[in-house]
Amino acid sequence: MSAFAESEAKETFVLNLGPQHPATHGVLRVKLTMDGEYIAEAEPVLGYIHRMHEKMGENRTWAQFMPNTGRMDYLHALAYNHGYVSVVERAAGIEVPERAEYLRVITAELNRVSSHLLWFGAFILDLGGFSPLLYAFDDREHILDLLESVTGSRLTYCYFRFGGVYNDIDDNFVPGTRAFIKRLRERMPMYHNLVTKNIILMKRLQEVGPISAEMCRKYGATGPVCRGSGINFDVRKHEPYSIYPEFDFDVPVYEQCDSMARYMVRMDEIEQSLRIIEQALDKLPEGPVMAEKVPKILKPAKGDYYHAVETARGSFGVRVVSDGTNTPYRLKLRSPTFSNLSLFGEACQGMLLPDALALMGSLDLVIPEIDR
Amino acid sequence: MIDYLREIISGTWSLFVGLGITIRYFFQPVVTVQYPHQTLPMTPRFRGHIELVKDEETGETKCIVCGMCQKACPSNCITVNGEKREGVKGKVLTEYTLDFTKCSLCGLCVESCPTAAITFSKDYNLAGVRKEAYIFDLKKRLEAKN
Repeated sequence: MSAFAESEAKETFVLNLGPQHPATHGVLRVKLTMDGEYIAEAEPVLGYIHRMHEKMGENRTWAQFMPNTGRMDYLHALAYNHGYVSVVERAAGIEVPERAEYLRVITAELNRVSSHLLWFGAFILDLGGFSPLLYAFDDREHILDLLESVTGSRLTYCYFRFGGVYNDIDDNFVPGTRAFIKRLRERMPMYHNLVTKNIILMKRLQEVGPISAEMCRKYGATGPVCRGSGINFDVRKHEPYSIYPEFDFDVPVYEQCDSMARYMVRMDEIEQSLRIIEQALDKLPEGPVMAEKVPKILKPAKGDYYHAVETARGSFGVRVVSDGTNTPYRLKLRSPTFSNLSLFGEACQGMLLPDALALMGSLDLVIPEIDR
Repeated sequence: MIDYLREIISGTWSLFVGLGITIRYFFQPVVTVQYPHQTLPMTPRFRGHIELVKDEETGETKCIVCGMCQKACPSNCITVNGEKREGVKGKVLTEYTLDFTKCSLCGLCVESCPTAAITFSKDYNLAGVRKEAYIFDLKKRLEAKN
């Protein structure tokens, strides 16, 4: 049996994947037209968890939208916090103290590592391997404990504020984070021995699920999906925001375009995030964590503002239009996974169903972020 | 042909390497906790639902019924009411209700409070079968503590 369909589909049937399916990680439904084991057509059906976040933003004050940002991409909530506070700070002209910017970068990168670890566990789970999930969650638990001691919550963080962060770090945070970096660096070779070099994983991912650079450009895919197709694009490097230009880190790019390339990009990104955290901890300045003159009732000047950040899944952009009142006139959220999922229909044509699920897992879908 | 055999041997070896790691971790200390028989200490900054703070001097609440928390709340889950009483400066709190079914634990209310009259509780073991169990009368809870 070949990996791709060799002839035109003759006799087809419709198979529903989801909305309650373990491999779709949430309430995503994919309508598959199957020709035997081969996929003839795939149509993602969205809207099962649509909560009108954009409209909600237009009906509440600027600060009141903060908790919503953590509930879109709940795995990398701090990057969403970062995107929203940055755009409002740009609109209102608020200067952020340096220490606050460092804390933002440290916590957001820790959150990125935890997101990648969860993806790692869940992805291998999709492919049928259970135990790597437990190893990944062991490490992730350390990050959650560190972030809980700073932010007060474990998953849907609401830590950043206009002009700084909610509170300063405690005494245990810096040594705790350093110990964690050391621990994870020692564990990474174990992950590679346990999973990456495993023959079953290699056979299931290598040369499976090709996504060409052209297809990435056509659908606007960003993040590890486009970096696994040889496109060197990372918002942190190419449209730098916050204090990222001060750090020395690489953007992992793989040319193979297959699921393995996307897997390797994320595994390498964990190491790069650890490098950023380490440098930030070394340079962490003293000082206030909150700007002094932040008005209680925020009324940014009239205008149109945009800010993009790099989340664990790609480029997240926020566009706000202010009419000078205490609520946004328009709030547009550009989420990365929506574009990353859009290419699934074209990419999986003619593929075997289990291969298509491996491809879907390598896209790292977070459904509440697609639907918003 | 040689490549094929090499792949079989190295592939089989990779499975044994993985099994070796699993066996090594099998003999290492357990990292999980037998909840609910064992629990972990809560971090001091844990954000549970809000709670009224007792004024150490008077034993009453510090709340001055300004309504800032009610205004700051994104989901309208706080209801504060007060009344004027003779001989007392300012308003006296008569009702402080938190509808925890709608609360998203963002902490904007605690930040907006000018007298630091509310704080986060450390309750995380919340379970109930009725919606009413999550509509907290915080004033009563404070009085029950006294």
